Amino acid sequence: MKKLKHDPAALNSKLIRRPIQRCFWLFLLPTFVAFCIGFLYPFLQGIYLSFCKFKTIKKAEFVFLDNYVTALKDPGFVHAFWFTALFTITTVILINVLAFAVAYALTRGIKGSNLFRTVFFMPNLIGGIVLGYIWSMIFEGVFSHFGTSLLLKSSLGFWGLVILVCWQQIGYMMIVYVAGINAVPDDIVEAAKIDGATGWQTLKSIIIPNVMPSITICTFLTLTNGFKLFDQNLALTEGRPFIQQAGNAIKTTEMMALNIFNSFYASGGSNRGIGQAKAVMFFILVAAISLIQLSVTRKREVQQ
Amino acid sequence: MKKQKKGNDGQQTVNRPVLTGFFAVLSVVYLLPIVMVLMNSFKTNESVSLETFALPTSETFVGFANYVKGMTFGNYPFLKSAGYSLYITVISAALILVCCSMSAWYVARVGSFFSKVVYYLCVFSMVVPFQMVMFTLALTADKTGLNTPWTIPIIYLGFGSGLAVFMFTGFVRGIPLEIEEAAAIDGCGPIRTFFMVVVPMLKPTLISVGVLEIMWVWNDYLLPYLVLDRTKYMTIPIHIQYLKGSYGHVDMGATMALIMVSIIPIIIFYLTCQKHIIKGVAAGAVKG
Repeated sequence: MKKLKHDPAALNSKLIRRPIQRCFWLFLLPTFVAFCIGFLYPFLQGIYLSFCKFKTIKKAEFVFLDNYVTALKDPGFVHAFWFTALFTITTVILINVLAFAVAYALTRGIKGSNLFRTVFFMPNLIGGIVLGYIWSMIFEGVFSHFGTSLLLKSSLGFWGLVILVCWQQIGYMMIVYVAGINAVPDDIVEAAKIDGATGWQTLKSIIIPNVMPSITICTFLTLTNGFKLFDQNLALTEGRPFIQQAGNAIKTTEMMALNIFNSFYASGGSNRGIGQAKAVMFFILVAAISLIQLSVTRKREVQQ
Repeated sequence: MKKQKKGNDGQQTVNRPVLTGFFAVLSVVYLLPIVMVLMNSFKTNESVSLETFALPTSETFVGFANYVKGMTFGNYPFLKSAGYSLYITVISAALILVCCSMSAWYVARVGSFFSKVVYYLCVFSMVVPFQMVMFTLALTADKTGLNTPWTIPIIYLGFGSGLAVFMFTGFVRGIPLEIEEAAAIDGCGPIRTFFMVVVPMLKPTLISVGVLEIMWVWNDYLLPYLVLDRTKYMTIPIHIQYLKGSYGHVDMGATMALIMVSIIPIIIFYLTCQKHIIKGVAAGAVKG
């Protein structure tokens, strides 16, 4: 993030401010109205409805925290949380290590680096649904030779999702790391070399400390991407295989976002307040991760 | 700076044939999934499921039959979905770029209480996952009549404005105020100042944000799925999910053909605007 260098007097320059303010209806109003329709009102209504029991919102009955209690007792939701957490930790480590390794190698001046970068980045542009079906074809093609299927074993579903997400996101994180590594001043690297540092020492003591901001960004990007994953999950496994546990059907590869979606639209929808309560908890979780990111990034900026 | 760096590296490490070879192989492996889709889109259904990795033979090769079938597969013309996708993506991205850059200029240049509130609301909206608002957003869209492909860009503007306004504001704050003041002294009104003075300077950011929005809207599945009436309007992701999801017996060949058709425009877009896309992604990552 750039440091903002504007003094408060300039911000309120009368020459500029008054005329813009007169055109409020043109500059700010359209976006603000759309923002209220597309975000603010649904958000506030969502908070309110999480305290209500309802099927259609005309018959919403205020029940305060009941929905939250029910949601936390839902074994499917709890399972989805742990599945998501495990998935996220796995992908954060794999994606970042691999993306950094590729980025480091591709900034060493190998022939064809630009072509390789182009190739590795490409899967990012394909949407999650399409990615899910591409990989479902490939996994089924492989597993059918072993007489099994992605949809029969939850461990296969887990690793299938991990592979898919790695394939998709390594290129993206690689681009961020490449930008970070290229921004390391040449003279420090040069100085280290003159002092006789080996390649490994340069990497460990010069490059990695200098790309810490990129590492922070990528870590949190992969972290929030992991928690919010939906399309790929829906297209690849849809939560299968299902198992019966104490009278409840558990979707063993269902992640949090899909679980919330299903509580709204799939499970008969007897009380959608539970889905909304899950959504609020999901929001708090994702927001907490983002806020930690913000504070960590800020701290690093001060240090530099 | 980048050029200089490349020059240096070039001098130090000309010969790394092992690494080059390794990455060449890795690139091919990386592209394999897409090659598989292309290959399977020319094969018969049975062959797709039974011998996924086999090249088409004279028996299993069906030419463009899957593509022809796919176009009208599932009682909904694919081209219609593609048309809706294209329309929604272009209009939404354009709307977001125009409206959000204007709002960001207002927020950056007017230090009123209200503009601060708007700014912090935008930052706040960036940390809210879509699942939090999806149910109530679909209700609101129905109530306000914004549930058609013609009006859904307004929903995209509303939900996407947070990030866009945030990125634009950050950039506008870095532009020296003197330029706009000079324009104002010369008798330029705010509208002309914005379009003739500010927008040309905003161009790189407009491209970055535009790329991010296009990628988001084109690939988005859940928002149009919940907001639009699915019996009448589909976008490409909805169409593909519908084909796979709602049939007991899936026509694999036709599905592969449609996946291929939906990937090709993305690849063309990527190869033509590659520089901007990669720059936009790097900028978006740093801000977001």
